[in-house]
Amino acid sequence: MRHYEVTFLVDPVLSGEEVKSTADQIQRELTGYGATIIAVDEMGLRQLAYPINRRSSGVYFAIEFGCEVADWLTKFELGLKRNERLLRFLTVKLDKYGVKYNDDKRNGLIGGKKKRDDDAAAAALAAEQAPVPQVVDLDAN
Amino acid sequence: MAATREDVKFLSNPKIGLRRKKYCRFRKFGIKYIDYKDADFLLQFINEQGKLLPRRITGNSLKYQRRVATAVKRARHLGMLPFIADLMK
Repeated sequence: MRHYEVTFLVDPVLSGEEVKSTADQIQRELTGYGATIIAVDEMGLRQLAYPINRRSSGVYFAIEFGCEVADWLTKFELGLKRNERLLRFLTVKLDKYGVKYNDDKRNGLIGGKKKRDDDAAAAALAAEQAPVPQVVDLDAN
Repeated sequence: MAATREDVKFLSNPKIGLRRKKYCRFRKFGIKYIDYKDADFLLQFINEQGKLLPRRITGNSLKYQRRVATAVKRARHLGMLPFIADLMK
C-alpha cells in the first residue's frame, strides 16, 4: 500500500464550522476515491511566514492516507486547486522512513529534547535516593 | 627572559584550538526522515535571511543536505518558512 500525505492550508477568515467542514469534505473525497485515512492532524491556526492571498495566518491540516493504486491523485489535486477555501496544498508520497516517522510521532516516541531531559531527571532522582555505602573506619579503636 | 615551555608551544603550534570534528547529525543519530512540517527543526539549517546554509557549515552529508533542502523548500511553499527575511533569528 502506498502512503501519501496531503498538507493543506485553510482560509482563516472562515468560521470554525466551515473550517471543520472543509477538512471533512476533503476526507470524504479521499475515502470516496478509495483511500484509507490513516491519520488527520489538525495543526491549528498558525502565523504564516509571508502573506498568502493577503492573509497572514492559516489553519493547517495534514492528512495521511494510503491506497493501492493512485491514478486518481491528479483529479484529487485538481479538486484541491479549485477549492476556494484552500490557500495552499502539498501532496507528498511517503517512503518507509516517512511512514515510520509519522507513526513514532503519533505514539510520542519522538519527544526529542524533552524526553531526554525527563529521563535525566528521573536518573538523577534515583541516584540521590540510592543508599549511601557505609564508610567503615578500620583504624578506629 | 627565557621563554617557558607553554609559550613555545603556543607560538610554534599552529593547530592549537583545532576545530572539533564535524559530522553529519543525521548519519550519527540514525535519523532517516526529515519532516518538512517541523519548522523549528529546519531553522537550524537556514541563516537569518532565510537562506539555506551550505553543507560545509552545517556538516551534513550530501544525501541529507539534499533532503534538508527539499524539506525547507516544501516548508517555504506551505508558508512555514519565509523565502526572504530579515533578522530571522
